[in-house]
Amino acid sequence: MSGFTRHRTSRLVIANFSGFEADLLRSLASQLVELLRNERAVPSPGGDPLEAMFDFSGPTSEPDDPVLRRLFPNAYADDDDASAEFRRYTEGALRDGKAGSAAAIIDALEDAGLPQRLAEDGLVIDVELAESDAMSWLRSFTDLRLALATRLGIEEGDEDYWLTLAEEDPRSRAHDIYEWVGYLQDTLVESLTT
Amino acid sequence: MCHDEGVSTASPVEVEPDLYHDEITVLAKPWVTIVWNDPVNLMSYVSFVFTKYFGYQKKKAEKLMLEVHNDGRSVVSTGSREEMERDVQAMHEYGLWATMERAE
Repeated sequence: MSGFTRHRTSRLVIANFSGFEADLLRSLASQLVELLRNERAVPSPGGDPLEAMFDFSGPTSEPDDPVLRRLFPNAYADDDDASAEFRRYTEGALRDGKAGSAAAIIDALEDAGLPQRLAEDGLVIDVELAESDAMSWLRSFTDLRLALATRLGIEEGDEDYWLTLAEEDPRSRAHDIYEWVGYLQDTLVESLTT
Repeated sequence: MCHDEGVSTASPVEVEPDLYHDEITVLAKPWVTIVWNDPVNLMSYVSFVFTKYFGYQKKKAEKLMLEVHNDGRSVVSTGSREEMERDVQAMHEYGLWATMERAE
């Protein structure tokens, strides 16, 4: 595959994926949706159940999962109270937005012909995105890369380390996927700036 | 800051309004949004976000991106507390690691 390009006349952002690639992208996006919706964005699970029913505010403390902590960092470096307040008003909407973007990737791939279960060989999935959809994919690629990088423990300047891993090491495979999503994202940025 | 053309630059009187203006600016824009370096986000993507969201010219966006990359952080916008909360939320939407604080 050659990543994303912009169609000269229609101005749509286009890409084609093999069935295997499209299935992989769907699987990554599904896991992200699950993570975003799993850890509930509501405060104080204990307490008065009646009161909880009328509590529509968001969480005030940092998420437990390191991926979610990276996706929703504290807004104030040295003010916990202000960070909690900011989180209460923003985290719910941010979660919904990110989950929605990841779900839109899944929908677009399936609309383009990706079956629920990949069976046949030689399947090609052609994706055509209007600019606003391409922007949504772009943000979601960032979330996917941040999630993979957090799980892998990616650090600044560690490129050589990943090359030393044995091919059969599962982390090596995960790192290849991380690099692939990075490549996709880079071509998507390029297609949106031309 | 923009100086009017044709005005003598030798006059010390000119210095006063500029200092005054700086103080007003600081009072009116007491908060900043900071984007921090992370090992994940692509340089091309970070620049793109700065042009797209803030409407910065490519040259300015790349300068800020390089500050993030080389210095570990960069002040990407200045404004009221409410404005900076909006910017920080937008940066988190784009997956950039951003915080806000009072301008120094």
